[in-house]
Parts: sequence; structure tokens; C-alpha cells
Amino acid sequence: MKALIHWLGNTELSTLIKTVTWIIPGVQVIHILAISVVVASMGMFDLRLLGWAGKRHSIAEFASRFLPWLWGALLVLLASGSILIVGEPERSLGNLVFQLKMGLLLTAVGVTLAFRGLLVRDLTAGASDLRPEHGLAAKFVGGLSLCLWVGIVTAGRWIAYAG
Amino acid sequence: MGPTLDQWLEHLETTRLAVAISESTWAFPTIETVHVLAITLVVGSIAMVDLRLLGLSLRRRPIAELLLEVLPWTWASFVAAVTSGALLFASAATHYWGTAPFRAKMILLLLAGANMLVFHFVVQRRATAGDRTGEPVLAGKICGGISLCLWIGIVGCGRWIGFV
Repeated sequence: MKALIHWLGNTELSTLIKTVTWIIPGVQVIHILAISVVVASMGMFDLRLLGWAGKRHSIAEFASRFLPWLWGALLVLLASGSILIVGEPERSLGNLVFQLKMGLLLTAVGVTLAFRGLLVRDLTAGASDLRPEHGLAAKFVGGLSLCLWVGIVTAGRWIAYAG
Repeated sequence: MGPTLDQWLEHLETTRLAVAISESTWAFPTIETVHVLAITLVVGSIAMVDLRLLGLSLRRRPIAELLLEVLPWTWASFVAAVTSGALLFASAATHYWGTAPFRAKMILLLLAGANMLVFHFVVQRRATAGDRTGEPVLAGKICGGISLCLWIGIVGCGRWIGFV
């Protein structure tokens, strides 16, 4: 990891990102806007899974409405986050809080993908929505995902202060 | 004559609460985290409404229904954002007041508020009437577009405050 940080920090791209003063703040703004899209759309989706919002609509409808925004925003987050990493590899890759954030992120994406798989299986088996016996799983995934995203944003902000 | 603005700001940052925030190592980052979380909810939920007004997403859903479902979350998050933001401001009031991005952010917030009032009192009825045809009305598109730009600017200025 140390070698990677050293190599990244000495690339021409890294120097460019560091020396042009507006790149890091500008990319951070894009990063925050994209995380806003994720938090709002996953917030709506998770609240629906928990049964706290939008109960008049099916889970399948919420999934097709909000999950595409998650995947799109994740791409933007990945791209903007990568620029920030190349610019300041020591501040990110070498930081324990950053590593924690990546762990939480992978868990959140994994949990959402697993749940999506469950939903797709129920739908292709002919159900009109997630089958009622998977209701508890939906509540679990909703609650867990909500906590994970709060953790991801929190860890993201604390990269600047700790680790 | 009452106290001047400068005196008032100095008083604000010497209150016990403000001093406690600026002297603590964890208070500022913690409140800032709450502020960022609240803002992601405010901006994300407003963006949903704006994109719908622009006809770029959720087109099959009536605007009136979306407003009812989303806006309570927007307002609750906004209250959290203002409260946490006020605490952050108090911890170094005279410094923040003197910075350009802070002032720009406040102006953009006022403009966003004005745009929201225009939408609510003038445009909303026409925009929700368009729900039946599914084609977004021009006035709604303009309000949604302005709102989206203003909130992007607000996030931008907010992040910029941390760099001056």
C-alpha cells in the first residue's frame, strides 16, 4: 500500500490535481452532490422497505424508480472519488477511516444487490411484488442499508479529521 | 442604539456554547457531519422534485403526490441543516461573516427561498394541473431548473467556506 501511495502521489496527474487549486474543491462539490442523490434515493427506498413511507406503492415499483439513480450516482462517486484519491493518496488510501468507508460501501452495495436478486427472483417466479415471506428480509435490508449510508457519509467527512 | 452587527457577532462567538464547540476537538466535526447528512437529504429530495418538474424523471408520477411524499422529509432535514449550520457559524461567527463564500451561500439560500415561494403560490397549481397530460409546464420547468442551479451553488459555496 505504501508503495502504491508513493507511486500515485508522484504521477503527473497527481501533481496536476494538487497544483490546480480549484480541482480538489470542485471535485469534492461534485462528490457531495452525487452522495446527495444516493442518500435521498436510498433513503426513500430503505424507508419503503422498512414500511415507513410510500406503502401505497409496491417494493418493485420503488426499486425500478430509485435503484437506477443509485447505480448512476455511484459511477459519479467512483469517478470523483478516484480523482480525489489520485490527488491526495496519503490522505485517503493511508487513512483508516477511508478504509472503513470503503468497507461500509462494499457492504451497502452487496446488501442492496443481494436484495435486488431476491426481488427479481420473486418477480420472475410470477409474484406481483416481493413475496410476503420475504418481508422481514426487506425490513432488515432497509434498516441496515440506512445505517450503512449514514456511516459512509460520516466516515467520509471524518477522513479530514481522523485516521 | 442597539449593538452593531459586529458586536453581536463577537458576542455570539463568545457564548459558552460557541466557545465549547470551537475548543472541543470532536464537536465541530460531529456537528459538521450532521450538517452534511442533513444537506444531502435536503438537496437530494429537492432534486427529485426539480427533476420531475423538468420532466427528466418520475414522469409517470403526479407532481402533487410527489410533493406530499417528499417535502415533509425535505423540511425536517432543512431544520436539522439550519440548526447544525447555526452552531457551526456561532463557533467562529466573525470569521464566517467576513468570507465571500458564506455571504454568497446565504444570498443563494434567500434566492432559493424566493423561488420556492413563487413556485408554491404561483406555479404549483398550473404544474400539478399538467399532471393529467403528463407534459411538464414551462413555468414548472423554469422553477425546477432555477432551484436545481441554486442548490448546486449552495453546496458549492458551502464546501468553499471550508477552504478560506
